[in-house]
Amino acid sequence: MFIINCPYCGEREQSEFKAGGEAHIIRPKQPTELSDDEWAEYLFMRKNIKGVQFERWNHAHGCRKWFNMVRDTSNDKIKAVYKMGEKPPIE
Amino acid sequence: MKKKYSIFSLIKNAFSYHENWEKAWKDPMPKKEYDAVIVGGGGHGLATAYYLAKKHNMKNIAVVEKGWIGGGNTGRNTTIIRSNYLWDASAGLYDHALKIWEGLSQELNYNVMFSQRGVMNLAHNLQDVRDLKRRTHANRLNGIDAVYLNTEEVKKFCPIINTSPDIRYPVLGGTLQRRAGTARHDAVAWGYARGADEMGVDIIQNCEVKGIKRNSDVVEGLETTKGFIKTKKIGVVAAGHSSVIANMAGLKLPLESKPLQALVSEPVKPIIDTVVMSNAVHAYVSQSDKGELVIGAGTDDYVSYSQKGSHDIVEGTLNAILELYPIFSRMRMLRQWGGIVDICPDASPIISKTSIKGLYFNCGWGTGGFKATPGSGDLFAHTIANDEPHKLNAAFNINRFVSGDLVDEHGAAAVAH
Repeated sequence: MFIINCPYCGEREQSEFKAGGEAHIIRPKQPTELSDDEWAEYLFMRKNIKGVQFERWNHAHGCRKWFNMVRDTSNDKIKAVYKMGEKPPIE
Repeated sequence: MKKKYSIFSLIKNAFSYHENWEKAWKDPMPKKEYDAVIVGGGGHGLATAYYLAKKHNMKNIAVVEKGWIGGGNTGRNTTIIRSNYLWDASAGLYDHALKIWEGLSQELNYNVMFSQRGVMNLAHNLQDVRDLKRRTHANRLNGIDAVYLNTEEVKKFCPIINTSPDIRYPVLGGTLQRRAGTARHDAVAWGYARGADEMGVDIIQNCEVKGIKRNSDVVEGLETTKGFIKTKKIGVVAAGHSSVIANMAGLKLPLESKPLQALVSEPVKPIIDTVVMSNAVHAYVSQSDKGELVIGAGTDDYVSYSQKGSHDIVEGTLNAILELYPIFSRMRMLRQWGGIVDICPDASPIISKTSIKGLYFNCGWGTGGFKATPGSGDLFAHTIANDEPHKLNAAFNINRFVSGDLVDEHGAAAVAH
């Protein structure tokens, strides 16, 4: 349970949001040329980091917009929130 | 040789006020080298060590645990045991475990309080009815006991359920597996630990793995908080922290670790003598031998290792519990906690070799690993000892995510994720 600062709506309860998993997984540019291993990597393999992780969130019960978040998964502390297409504010 | 637990040893120790029981397991420092090291001292890890020693005669082995044994998900789950899964591979896996449960207390000389009180899964809409009927048929074809019950039969089997047609999600029917039930979670870890220790397995607590040493694609040992341990075989059974260990070896797994919550009420007199699960409204409940209602909630949808979940998840579960069991409306909840579950995209586990020789993973049990503890340990021990999977866990290899041969058990997993 934590408060998320939606880049469009401001601070709202986490229960209004839907987590969308790991961010910055790039969709294959030429899907037809992917090997099975590469498909598995794209579709299923996840970093699942204990610590600072980049992830996508959706304000499902609000503006319904997608955005990115940097969060420490070991204590749920949010480091930064930024819009889709923007560069992560921290490395 | 450990002294056998029996009614006589209980009486004998009563005379000394139970102060002279021998230690159930030692507390050794790690040796320099082992034939195999199991990472993770939960039920699955301890069972793996037990069967490695017992069935594969590997006695020079160790279990390393970063905290205390059984202190992770083994001590945090809702202790439900059943095998009514849909696909053949899962039926084989989970029923193998259930068959071991049936004789486990005798085998371990440790009362794991296995109670075949039945598990009932409820249907709340027409799709549930179709799915559960299909699963009942699939179970019976695989030799797993399962029956489909209509609403009256549900009410008869568990009279406190509100089967009124005017509730938000009325009970349209359900399935019942009578061989299913519950067991005492701590006892499973302690029983396996005692059994493994007796055969010479070193159980090393407060020993966290910090790194995996490998020479190109072969493992050489483990860096731990208690020094370097040399070994040719590492079996990782680290549940929610599997990805953390995998990262140390440069591997990526198809897992996401999420909080799963449970809660218990104040203890009351016997009121529910079975386990009732409801997938659609997400409420499941049983009663412990102490009298507490044991209630399982769902997972949060975000990755977290915090062992805390969101309140709205608990609130949703309790809303459903109250609608289904109005009799519980004045019960007070005593404790609530979270565990970190490692979830696979197909809601089935991984019991597998990896691309690194000597490194094995047993993970991805998600929300339902407790029921499989004995079978998981047995099959993982086989996989480690022979460097080949047993036929019962061959389908649960890590390459299924490349081949596409997934074992989709989201329906039978019974916990929303």
